[in-house]
Parts: sequence; structure tokens; C-alpha cells
Amino acid sequence: MFMTWLFLAVIVIALVWAVAAYNKLIALKGATINAWKQIDVQLKRRHDLIPNLVEAVKGAMEFERETLEAVIQARNQAVQIQAGAAPTGGVQQLAAAEAALSSALGRLNVVVERYPDLKATGNVAQLQEELTSTENRVSFARQLYNDTATTYNVKQQQFPWNMIAGLAKTEPVELWEITDEKERDVPKVDLSMKPKQ
Amino acid sequence: MSDSNLFEQQAANRRRSVILVAIFLLFFAWIGFGGDLVFHLYTTDGGMSSQSIQVRDGTASSYRHVFPWFGVCATLLGAAMAWWGWKKGPKEILWATGAWEMIEPSRPEEKVLVNVVEEMAIASGLPKPTIWIVPDRDPNAFATGTDVNEAHVAVTEGLLDTLNRDELQGVVAHEMAHVQNHDVKLMTLLAALVGVMALISDGTRRLIWYGGAGRRRGGGGGGGKKGGAGALVAFLLIAWLLSVILAPIVSRLLALGVTRKREFLADATAAQFTRNPAGLASALRKIEDAAEPTRAIKQGTAHLCIADPAGRRLTHKQGHIANLLATHPPMALRIARLKAMAYQYDKTGEIPGVV
Repeated sequence: MFMTWLFLAVIVIALVWAVAAYNKLIALKGATINAWKQIDVQLKRRHDLIPNLVEAVKGAMEFERETLEAVIQARNQAVQIQAGAAPTGGVQQLAAAEAALSSALGRLNVVVERYPDLKATGNVAQLQEELTSTENRVSFARQLYNDTATTYNVKQQQFPWNMIAGLAKTEPVELWEITDEKERDVPKVDLSMKPKQ
Repeated sequence: MSDSNLFEQQAANRRRSVILVAIFLLFFAWIGFGGDLVFHLYTTDGGMSSQSIQVRDGTASSYRHVFPWFGVCATLLGAAMAWWGWKKGPKEILWATGAWEMIEPSRPEEKVLVNVVEEMAIASGLPKPTIWIVPDRDPNAFATGTDVNEAHVAVTEGLLDTLNRDELQGVVAHEMAHVQNHDVKLMTLLAALVGVMALISDGTRRLIWYGGAGRRRGGGGGGGKKGGAGALVAFLLIAWLLSVILAPIVSRLLALGVTRKREFLADATAAQFTRNPAGLASALRKIEDAAEPTRAIKQGTAHLCIADPAGRRLTHKQGHIANLLATHPPMALRIARLKAMAYQYDKTGEIPGVV
């Protein structure tokens, strides 16, 4: 009699835990997808801003056609990759494309600094602030996504959560990180002032 | 103690503030329900009580204090005041500072502020709060709103003019941290309970003053007859009366202790949002250097500000009394801890411990 009750109690406790675990995993999945959407929104904002910036500086920077074209090309590639990216696949390609775009924009910024009258016109300064803010937003959205996704990944692999993971149809998601060794490289700065060959 | 890492600092401050809040609530319960207990013992404990009550009003000799009216009433009163504060507080605070809501930024600095707030909303994962500008030259900022979905962040004009982008980001992150940690709710609750205790204390003091003489004569005689049990009751009564008389001071000090822990917590949470503790540290340095008081912000709102709007002098010296009465931890300590999070230790090489 006692054993029956004990058995029943164990089953009830296990069921209650399973329901709670299932719900927790679903909530984490939702949070991860939501964090991903945040990145998506910010990337779209960034991609929409770039043509405006290029338009604003184009007239004054005829000589810097290459820099501008590099920005546009990087932007178009990022837009293309973004369309196919999801937490479960393509995050790292998108991260690499966005990193390439960032470095192209960085070069453009350096060039813009060389044109004081360009900065003096309100429009460009305003666009630069918008761009700074957008870069920040992308990185904060990424930070939130990586934190949420890590919690989600760890939870669904931990015992005994992994027994429920199949039921909740969870799959590990990719983190926003750069695996390409070239991207990690710190740019070399040569301050030796030796004449180049 | 070497709580240097920002997550360790967060956990430590959260733990400490929880302990302080628990002590605060226990103290409140002792003032309320402890009074009931004392009164219960006093009225049920045989001859002593009936005699003393007879002495007092002659008729109520059969009264037994069973239902804890005192504690229940105090709790209800506290709950009502807290509820009122949660409903009306945020609007009143903003109204009192003369702040205006920024809907469409007109100056470049305002545009930067809007951008920074939106960035921090993303970093914290909270909805974007309403932005308010306080017309005051002194750099300061505060957050209010008891619901994370209806939060308000207010900054002074002086803040916009003094800080650069990274510093502004740190300050806004600190305010968003107050919102995320539910500090507005917690502080309004504590303020309501402090108010209730002040009321009880005041009422009891009057009662002792006007009605104490007769009771003291009767109680003393009864206590002598009952011996041990009577002495316990008398001891409890005296302890309770003493705590009631001291309640306004004790409760305020406890609430201030909680406030200071939440400030450290908000700093650490801000560092988590921006991952740039040095930005906030440099903002705090600038805010401290602008030694003027923020006249637009009332002292009642101080616990939600980035820096105490009035008591600058108190935060300078690290004396114990000054620390106990301050709404904010000493600025030097906050900056040192933020630097420790950024692994930029001061020259002494010491990691500031948790106070």
C-alpha cells in the first residue's frame, strides 16, 4: 500500500517537473527568437541608413569612389545573407558579412574625417550619429541574443532537461561570433615611418 | 572581499539588499504583530491584566486580545499607501521636477539622448521608456515608473551638456537598471512602510504621554504578584515600546541601507548593459565635480537619481554617520568598483570590498 502511494507520488512529481521543464524550454526558445528579431530589426535599420549616407557624401568625395563602392557592395551582400539567416543556421555567415560591412564603414568614416566642410554640413554629422547609434544597437542586440541563446543551448543539453528537449522540439542555435581567423586579426599599424618600397 | 567581477558584484549586492529588506519586513512585523502579541499576553495572562484594565477604564475586564487587529491594520495601511504610491507616484515626481516629455528631438544632443535610450532598451531587453528633460543646470538623472512597460527616464539639461556619448550611455544604463531591478516599486513600498511606522510611533508616544500614568500604576502592582510570566510580559512590553519609539529612525536607516545596495546593484547592472564600466565611472566623476545641488529634484526622489541631488558634502567624507544617512554610497567607492569591473584598478592595487 505504502509502495503504491510512493510510486504514485514519484510519478506525479516527475509529471509536474516535466511540464515545468517543457514550459521553461519553450519560453527560452521564444526569448531566443525574440532576441534574434531584435538583431534583424537593427540590421535592417543599418542597411537602410547606408544608401542615405553614401548619397550625402557622394558629391563631395568624387576621388574616393573606391571606398564608397566597397561600402555599397558590402551592404548589398549583407542584405542578401540576412534574408536567409536564422538562429539555427547562417548566423556565422551573417556575422562575417556584417563585420565586413563594419570595416568598410570604418574606412569611409576615416575618409569623411578628411573633409571638414563635409562634416560641417548638418546632414552628414546627423547621419554619422545615426550610424554610430545603429552600430551600438546592433552590438547590444547581439549581446542580448548571445546571452539568451547561450542559456537556451546550455539548458537543452543539461541532464535531465535534455530528456524533455526532444518533446519541446528544441535545437541548438548558433551564436553570433566570428570564426573566420582573418576577421579576428588586429590590423597592423606601422609607425616606423620607413619609406615603403 | 574581492568581489570584482560585475556578475559577482551584482549577486553580492542583490543578496545584501534582500537580507536588508527581510530585516526591514521583520521589524515592521514586530512593530505591528509584535504589539498584538504583547497585548494578547497582557490581556490573557490572568490577574495582572484584568486588574490593570479595570484600573484603566473599569468595564473591560473580560476583553481578550485574540485577533491581531493592530498588525492587520498596519499591514493594510502600508499596502494602501504603497498602492497609492505605485499608482500616483511616478506622475507626481515628474510633475514636481517640472520635467517636459521629449517626443521629437530638436537639438543634436537630444537626438543623441534618444538614440542612447533606445540602445539601452535593446541591451536590457526592456521596452523603450518615456524620456523627460528636467530644466536644471546641474547634471543629474533619475528613473521612475513602477511597471517596466511604463517606465520614465529623466535627465537634466546640465547632464546633456556635460557628458559625452559613452558617459551618457552609462548614466542611462544605470537608470534602466533601476527599472529592470524593480527598484522604483521596492523603494515606494519601503517609503510607505516607513510612513506607517512613523504614524504608529507617533500615535503610541501620544498614548503613553496622555494615558500612561494610570496604566503604569496598575501594571506594576500586577506584575509583582504574577512573578516570572509577568516579568516576561513586562520585558516584551518594554522592548516593544522601545522599538516603537525608535521605529522612525531604525526604519529610515534600514531603508537607506537598502537604497545604497540598490545603487551599487544598478551600477553593476549598467556595466552589464554597456559592457563599458569606464563610461559610467567617468560620468560619475563629472557629476561629482559639478558640486551644485540639483534644485529641481526633491530629496524624496533622491534614491532614484544617479547621484544624491543635495547631500554632496556627505558623500565626500567617508565617516560612518555620514554613510549611514546617505542615500548613495560614497562616489569614490562607486567609481573604484566600476573601475574594478573594467579591470582598471587604482594605483593602490586594492580591490574595494563590499560595504
